[in-house]
Order: sequence, then C-alpha cells, then structure tokens
Amino acid sequence: MESTSHRFKENAREGMANPSLQRAMENMRRGFPDKRLAAIGRLPEFDALRDRARDIKNHVLEHLDFYLEAWEAKVTAAGGHVHWCRDAEEARRTVLAICRRLEARTVTKGKSMIAEEIALNPFLEANGIEPIETDLGEYIIQIRNEPPSHIIAPAIHLTQDDIEKSFRASHRQLDPGRPLSEPHQLLDEARSLLRDKFIAADVGITGANFLIAETGSSVIVTNEGNGDLTQTLTKAHIVVTSLEKVVPTLEDAQTILRVLARSATGQDYSVYTTVSTGPRRPEDLDGPGEYHVVLLDNGRSRMLGTEFHDMLRCIRCGACMNHCPVYATVGGHAYGWVYPGPMGAVLTPSLIGVDEAGHLPNASTFCGKCESVCPMRIPLPRMMRHWREREFERHLSPAASRYGLGLWAFLAKRPRLYRLVNGLMARVLGLLGREHGGFRHLPLAGGWTGGRDMPAPEGEGFHQAWARKRRERTRAA
Amino acid sequence: MPSSTASEPTGTGARRPRVALFVTCLVDLFRPSVGLAAIKLLKDAGCRVEVPDAQTCCGQPAFNSGDRRDARDIAARVVDAFGGYDYVVVPSGSCGGMIHEHYPALLGDDTELGRRARALAERTHELVSFLVDVMGVDAVSARYDGSVTYHDSCSGLRELGVKAQPRKLLGTVEGLALAELPGAEVCCGFGGTFCIKYPEISERMVSDKARDIVNTGADTLLAGDMGCLLNMAGKLRRAGHKVRVRHVAEVLAGDLDTPAIGEPAAEFAPARRKQE
Repeated sequence: MESTSHRFKENAREGMANPSLQRAMENMRRGFPDKRLAAIGRLPEFDALRDRARDIKNHVLEHLDFYLEAWEAKVTAAGGHVHWCRDAEEARRTVLAICRRLEARTVTKGKSMIAEEIALNPFLEANGIEPIETDLGEYIIQIRNEPPSHIIAPAIHLTQDDIEKSFRASHRQLDPGRPLSEPHQLLDEARSLLRDKFIAADVGITGANFLIAETGSSVIVTNEGNGDLTQTLTKAHIVVTSLEKVVPTLEDAQTILRVLARSATGQDYSVYTTVSTGPRRPEDLDGPGEYHVVLLDNGRSRMLGTEFHDMLRCIRCGACMNHCPVYATVGGHAYGWVYPGPMGAVLTPSLIGVDEAGHLPNASTFCGKCESVCPMRIPLPRMMRHWREREFERHLSPAASRYGLGLWAFLAKRPRLYRLVNGLMARVLGLLGREHGGFRHLPLAGGWTGGRDMPAPEGEGFHQAWARKRRERTRAA
Repeated sequence: MPSSTASEPTGTGARRPRVALFVTCLVDLFRPSVGLAAIKLLKDAGCRVEVPDAQTCCGQPAFNSGDRRDARDIAARVVDAFGGYDYVVVPSGSCGGMIHEHYPALLGDDTELGRRARALAERTHELVSFLVDVMGVDAVSARYDGSVTYHDSCSGLRELGVKAQPRKLLGTVEGLALAELPGAEVCCGFGGTFCIKYPEISERMVSDKARDIVNTGADTLLAGDMGCLLNMAGKLRRAGHKVRVRHVAEVLAGDLDTPAIGEPAAEFAPARRKQE
C-alpha cells in the first residue's frame, strides 16, 4: 500500500472536514469503550490475564528463533509448507507462484492486515487473479476501492448510509428498488453475493492471529465465519502472517484469546475461533488440498532488542485506536498507511521508516489512554517518544520548533535569567491582555489562537508574587 | 494573615514535614495565584513550605520533543535543587508525573544521579493527592457559591492516580455543587507541544471538550493542570461561553481574589462586588 503518512496533516484536515466520518467516529467513541468496560467488568481476573498474556509474548520474543523452528517442523510434519519471506515483495511473489501453479483465477480472502501490509490485492489483480474480500467490512471497502481505516473494523469510518450507497452503486445487477435501510438487509445481500464466490474460488487466503509451535497450527478469530469458508473450500489455503505471531502452545493462545476479544469489541470471545493444521487428510470430510504459510518479516526482526521490541507483543486488537482521542478526531485514513492509531504510530515508522511516517509518533497528546487499555501492556507513549528522539537526533523535526526548544532549554538551565525573562513576559502580556482576559491573536502562536483565545497571565511571575506577598506580611506584622 | 505560623498539623502528628513547592513553569508565567493557593493549602495541612530558588521547569517539553540531552540536563538540576526535603509537591499532575514517573528512567544511566532521581521521585506528589493521601486532609475550610464541573487531566489521572482526591476535598467546600463531566477522563487536546504541532486537531479536541463542559450546565470548570486549563479556558472564551475556569487549588484554598483564567477584568469586578 502506497503510504501517505507524510501528508498526515492534510489527511487529518480532510478527515475533520468529512461529516460522515465524524458521525461514524462519534458512534465508535460511544460504542467500543463501553463494551470493553462491560466485558472486563464480568471478568475479575482480567488484569491478571493481561500480565500472563504479556509474559507469554515476552517469553516467545526472547526465544523467537527456537519457537519458529519448532513451529515450522510441525507444519512440515502435518504436510504443510512454510515460506520465509524477508519483505513484502518476496511475500507477494510467493503467493502468486502458488496461485499460478494451481491455475487460480479467483481467490477468496479472510481479513488479513499482513495482506494489506504487502499490498496483495493490487498485485494479484495486476497479474490477472481476482481477489475477493469475504469479511463484510473488508468487502465494503473493497467495492469502494478504499484501504481499511481500522485494524479490526476496516469500514468503521463509514455510516450505514454510506454503505447502502456503495452497495447500490456496486451491485447494479440487483433491483434498484430493493430495500436496504436495515443492517440485516445489507448483510444478507453481501452474503448471497459472496456465497457463489466461495464456491468458485481456487485459493483461499487468510491471516493468522496465532501460530502454535507445539502443533504447527494457525489460528484465526472471526465473527462471520467467512474465514472457515475461505480456507476449507479451496485447492489451497495460504496463510499470510508475520513471525511475531508464534506462541508455544494452544493453551498460551487460549490465554491471550481471553483478553483479545474483550479488549477489541467487548465480546467475551469472538464468534468463530478456527484452528488449522496442515492440508486435508484422507479421512477429513473437507479442507484445502494444500496448506501454505507465507511468513513475513518485513522489518520486524530488526525491532528485536531495540527500544521498539515490546511492540512485537501487539495482538492487533485495536483497543488503542478505539480509545484514542486523536484517532477519533481524524479517523484512521489520516495515518496514511496500513496501521493507524497509537499502535500504528509506533509500528509504521518501524516498517516503512521514520522519514516517511515521522508525523505519526508526534501526533499524540501522550494522554496515556492507549497504554492503559492495551491488553499486552505495551508502553505505546514511551515508544512514540523514542521515535521523537530518533527524529530529533537526525534533525528531522522542523527547524522552527528546534530553534524555539533550544532557546527555551537555554533559559531553563539558567534560573536567574529565566526568572527575569518570565517576569517580564508575565508583566507585558498581563498588561496587554488583562482587559479582555486573553488574546485573540498572538505572534508566534497563530496555531493556538486560530481557534481559541490565549488567556492572559495575571501580570507578575510567581516568584515576584511570592516575594511581594512575604513583604506585605512582614509589613503587616 | 498567618504565614509560617500556620495551623497545627492535621495529618502526621507532631513533626511538620518540610515541603518544597515545585511551582511549574505555567503557574510561574500565567497564574502565580495557583502557587500561592498551594502554599496556603500545604500550610493549613501542617507543612513547612519552601520554594527553592533554582527552579524553572521540569524539562517535559524537551523530553517529549525527543531532546533527551536537554531533558536530562534540566532534570539533573531539579534533582539538585529539590534534594533534602521531606516532600516535593507540584500543583500539576503533568509535571508531577514527569518527576515521579519519568525522571528515574531518564537519569537512570548514571548510577548516583539515578539513585537520587529515584529518591526524589518517591517523595514527589501532585498537590491534591498529597493533601489527601499523605497529609490525611479530609476537609478544607472554603466556600464557593456555584456549580462546578471537573476535568481529570491525563497525566495526573493515569500516571499518579489522581481521581477521587480532588472530588473528596471539593465535596467539603461550602456552597459548592459538583456536576460530573461526561468524558471527564478524555484528553482535552492540549498535549504540551502537541497543541503547537497539530493546532487544528488540538482545537477540534478542545471544541468537543468545551461542548461537554457547557452541557453540564456548571458555571465553573476546575482541573489540576494549567496546560489543560489554559486550553479549555481559551476555547470556552472564544466560543463565547461564560464558564469560569480555575485551578482546583484556588477553590480549595478559597483564593478567589483574581479573575478566573481568561476572564476579562471588567467581568470579574462586578461579579466580585455582587458576591461581597
């Protein structure tokens, strides 16, 4: 996917000017956080589970090579194939080669952020293979030719009206007078159109929430069951995933699953949890003829052992963006690449470079809400700050802000001079602003005063006020 | 007016703790009243209060801008200036959080400095939580005739656990009625340098906040951090709302001699006369 992360400010402006997006974000703001709170309220051990989930992933990341090799051996033993891919290009070519060998014309796809990361759909289309998204949200944005705006709710930027319009525009073969004002009518229409596609597809592609080292299985969670149809009805099931998804045992995956859905949608558990191990065996009633895992690195192994190491614990629940006030203000597309919100602000610079994605770790108030809801206890603000440090070291931050910061720091290290300057500013700004209480325009603060006043100082610095107060007391005594 | 001969300790028995006030740069520049109110509250709680001379800012602007070197230099100076007190008290959850949460890691590379930073961090508290949790204050003697709503500033809330303490003390202010703010824990969009780097996003966030504040019907907004207060007061003013905005310490101390934040002097004077 082509990044527009460098245009974050413009993207954000567009998002804030889009009334439909703003309505959709208002719905999200009210929805997900309350559902999460209700779900964790029903599970007293939720915080203890978060600790265990974090510890499992920490352990895996310390021994990643060991668990990946153990997992690969089990995949192979079950008759599957693992394809180690260093980058997006290798991953795309691997998928294409499998599709070509099987003479695939259409592929169905379950929801996969890794497929988005490697921009699989346009690549397959360019090579004459039709990819069909089968997750409802992904299907909606596919017919709208849009990227996802959220990692678990790809069409969350849309309202029901938007979706009805898109269905009418895209499904021209259907009766234009049909009713589509109810959510279930939209769902039924998508389901009936997708049913034929499932049956016709040659290859099914899914992501993976977990890879299980002890069994060589991949695990997906969905709410629609589309993943199961995608992977069982085809000649081959291709899992596109990334290497940090491995966990030692099914029991470990189970522990993490207990925090995943609760954090994501506020469900106790996703509707479908599907475990896949190898291709169809002779005694199986159904299943794919081949089972492949395209295992992507794409910069992740470089994060190991760095200050961004903890980000590899992320289980893609989306809680950080569900609760992020900046995300809710600008929408997911503003972030300009695959991963939006706080987790994207840390991960995106790691994957596509901080030169391109430098805005993302800066576009946070550090309110800390993301870290407080992260089921894996990832210190997201701390890692965003680390990116800011790298930008500062490399002089990527704007010259004016560096200059201002430098001047301020110079003063902050000289208390006497600082007090003098501070007292002067307090006096001058206080005198000028007292009558109106504040300023509607202020040089060098145009951003602030564009939409709000700058309240005036009282008129003297604290230390001057404190000294005056003490003098008055002495006199009174 | 009593100064160093403040009332007897209410919290910790005979010995009166020696407390250093960390004024914060925004209180220093914009609102000395908050510092004076903090001193009054601390003295009333039985503390001996000092204001170390060599203080400027906690260094958070540098820290959050990625300028680690300046942040460390400034933090090291704070550690020097504020060593040797029983407690350091800050009328801000943000600056308090900086010292309490971030100094040890920021200065931790250097063993001796890191050790002193950890010692300082343990003794550093946000003002209202210090009064309640450390000094055991459970009531203030102040009066405020009005309905008040309260915004929980992010760092105080999430880094220092400041939530119940201000509500507890506000509940003892005579005449004050608290109307809870829906979304009180949602960021107001200030975010330190964020409001300078992304002013339009910040402005939209504070617009949402201002709408929620106005919808409570309260005539006064309180919070414990000058950054958030300047942001919310500036937005409320620009949007033409007459909600008065004050730091929670001013109301708890009964220190209402100055116009509210962003309030024109002309509006303040008649209101005072009426009250008197």
